[in-house]
Amino acid sequence: MKSVTDFSPGDIFTIEKFTGSIELQSRLVEMGFVPGVKIRMVKFAPWKGLVELKIRNYHVSIRVVEAENIKVIEYES
Amino acid sequence: MNPKGAQDKYVALIGNPNCGKTAIFNHLTGLNQKVSNYPGITVERKSGKLKCEFDDSIDVLDLPGTYSLTPESLDERVVAEQVMDWLHGINQPSAIISVVDATNLSRNLYLTTQLLDIGIPVILALNMMDIVKDRSVLPELSELEQRFGLSSAVPMSALEGWGIEELKSAIEQAITSPAPRKRKKLFEEHPEIHELLRPLSDYLLNQFNYSPRVARVQALRLITRQSAVDLYRPPHAGDHSFSDEVVREIEELRNQAVEKIKQSGLNHRTIEATIRYSWLDKLLKQSAQEEVLQLKEKTRSEKIDTVLTHSVLGPLIFIALLVFIFQAIFTWSSYPMDWIDNGVARFGEWVLSVMAPGILRELIVEGIIAGVGAVIIFLPQILILVFCMALLEDSGYMSRVAFMLDKFMTKAGLHGRSVLPLMSGYACAIPGIMASRNIDGWKERLITIMVLPLMSCSARLPVYALMIGAFIPASKVLGIINLQGLTLVVMYFLGTVTALIIAKILSKFIKERGRSSFVMELPPYRLPLMRSVFRQVYIRGKQFLMNAGKIIMAVSIVLWFLASFPKTVEENNAVNPIHNSFAGKIGHAIEPVIEPLGFDWKIGVGLITSFAAREVVVSTLATLYSVEDEGEDMVSLSESMKADINPKTGLPVFNTLVAISLMVFFVYAAQCLATFAIIKQETNSWKWPMIMIVYMTALAYVASLVVYQGGRLLGF
Repeated sequence: MKSVTDFSPGDIFTIEKFTGSIELQSRLVEMGFVPGVKIRMVKFAPWKGLVELKIRNYHVSIRVVEAENIKVIEYES
Repeated sequence: MNPKGAQDKYVALIGNPNCGKTAIFNHLTGLNQKVSNYPGITVERKSGKLKCEFDDSIDVLDLPGTYSLTPESLDERVVAEQVMDWLHGINQPSAIISVVDATNLSRNLYLTTQLLDIGIPVILALNMMDIVKDRSVLPELSELEQRFGLSSAVPMSALEGWGIEELKSAIEQAITSPAPRKRKKLFEEHPEIHELLRPLSDYLLNQFNYSPRVARVQALRLITRQSAVDLYRPPHAGDHSFSDEVVREIEELRNQAVEKIKQSGLNHRTIEATIRYSWLDKLLKQSAQEEVLQLKEKTRSEKIDTVLTHSVLGPLIFIALLVFIFQAIFTWSSYPMDWIDNGVARFGEWVLSVMAPGILRELIVEGIIAGVGAVIIFLPQILILVFCMALLEDSGYMSRVAFMLDKFMTKAGLHGRSVLPLMSGYACAIPGIMASRNIDGWKERLITIMVLPLMSCSARLPVYALMIGAFIPASKVLGIINLQGLTLVVMYFLGTVTALIIAKILSKFIKERGRSSFVMELPPYRLPLMRSVFRQVYIRGKQFLMNAGKIIMAVSIVLWFLASFPKTVEENNAVNPIHNSFAGKIGHAIEPVIEPLGFDWKIGVGLITSFAAREVVVSTLATLYSVEDEGEDMVSLSESMKADINPKTGLPVFNTLVAISLMVFFVYAAQCLATFAIIKQETNSWKWPMIMIVYMTALAYVASLVVYQGGRLLGF
């Protein structure tokens, strides 16, 4: 299964589930990262430390290592 | 916790970060605000009187921005603790105003659903309606009111200033005639989860007399995060602390519930949010096409970010901005500084002309006017710096800086969120230390605090400015860059780079486990509200002048006495009497220690007095020179410094090398009592401030020694 970081800027995908026990899981879900919600991959930060995502009409950044735990499927329109 | 007393009526503003809460607060209270700290901690607590006709005794409390009532950071903890008080019937507000960003409803309403469970009337303030392009995508107000069980829902725009009166009437209505609470049961669709939590929720119900709804919600929250359990624990739980047995019981039942949840294949960390969002998303019913369309839309901010957070251009622009700011500090401030300088000199001469000669006149002219005047001259530079920092922060650019530099900061043992506190440190370490409460990992937060005083704060600016102005020529480098401005940039750079290196070293020594988690919203760019920017400038300016009025004046007076007494009458005016004064003796006593750094006894006295606050060194030098000159007219400090000759060597006391050595000393030295006090408060022990004083002083001494002796060897 693919992770957020497997995608290129501009791609849209749907959240499938979380893997691993990442500490920020609770916070991400509180901020609306629930399965079924769609995300657009916006860009990587310089030096690829963070990744910027758009979800629910706002922009948010998380670390690449943590984004790898968000499993997603590609959205076909 | 209530502003005045338990009987006062008040309403509380709660909302996500960046929802415009503070702008609404400003509209509701006007200038009638009171900013204080929460007891024992340094999170700002803002309250004010509601500006309205029906009742002038209603207070408005502005709580820090939060995404949820189960706290992640210390800022969020303040809100969670306040809500705990309310749940236990302590100082309940008459109404909660839940401020939401109407362009981003689902995430904002998540917090609203949590607030509704408390049982206090909730007014929904739908802010930022001016940016909502298509109102048909929003649910009907009456439907929102009904489905949520709101007291009322008010569309508004704090930016354009409309909807405020409607919000005030909604507050009036909620206070004067509280509508029967049409409370909507949010979770009736999930009986199986409540069955799993029943032992815990039943215990809470009996122990605290919660309503069934509150008991269930609290149980759900307890399993989400450990921090929810900690809210019941004594040192933090203010008025609602409970006995150890109760907390232990809660924790045990909580762990049992977590086990049961795990066994049934559910994730205890995400249940509460999942249930609330499934309810919310059903209510807001956005189709998949609409969702994708919204995601694809590129906002203005995103377009701006294609340049500002570009992987190459972004960091370059950031560096260019910093250089520009420090250049501006020098260029823009020269005229106002001249005005203040002339004003002080004229005032001194006026005092000289109207007062009879004597001790009192000497005290006023040589002690107070020379000392205080030498420091307030730097007010323009400090205001420019604070102004630039406030612009960067309020525009939303700072979170982009955190976004770009997180990787870099992590390598240094810090956190992307350390960027803002560290940059605030350029203005003053104290607000920087306060801003560090945003960093959720204790280790990263501690390291940020420990290196923050290395960021050159505005109190060092007077020292740099004095030395650079007097001893660095105003020539141009490469034809465009002012050498004076460049020297200033180098000083800031030196402090910043050292801070990063020390952070790296500390991260190896501090054993606590760090936290890697990082979720940061990138809010839309907005034009900073000038009112808020000037407010920050005003607060820092006032603080600086108050310091000048209290600490610096007191030190100047004491120092004048120490420098003027005992009065010795010398037959042949070979030795200036100041050398035999108390201050002279103290200075000469420490001179051997600081001589290798290129400092004479006067600087030595300044180093001692500046332990209270850095800028005091400038007033100290001014007073010492003024007493020494015994002049009938006011000579500017930099002129006296340039003219000063060391009697032992016959060479000038100051030259460019001494000036650089002294600046480097100030880059590193720990010299601010207020900072030590706040670090003690934030880390809860004297251990950390002590370590800080020792390492910074050692660093300052060694670095100055290397600069001065190295410079001499090279023939400067």
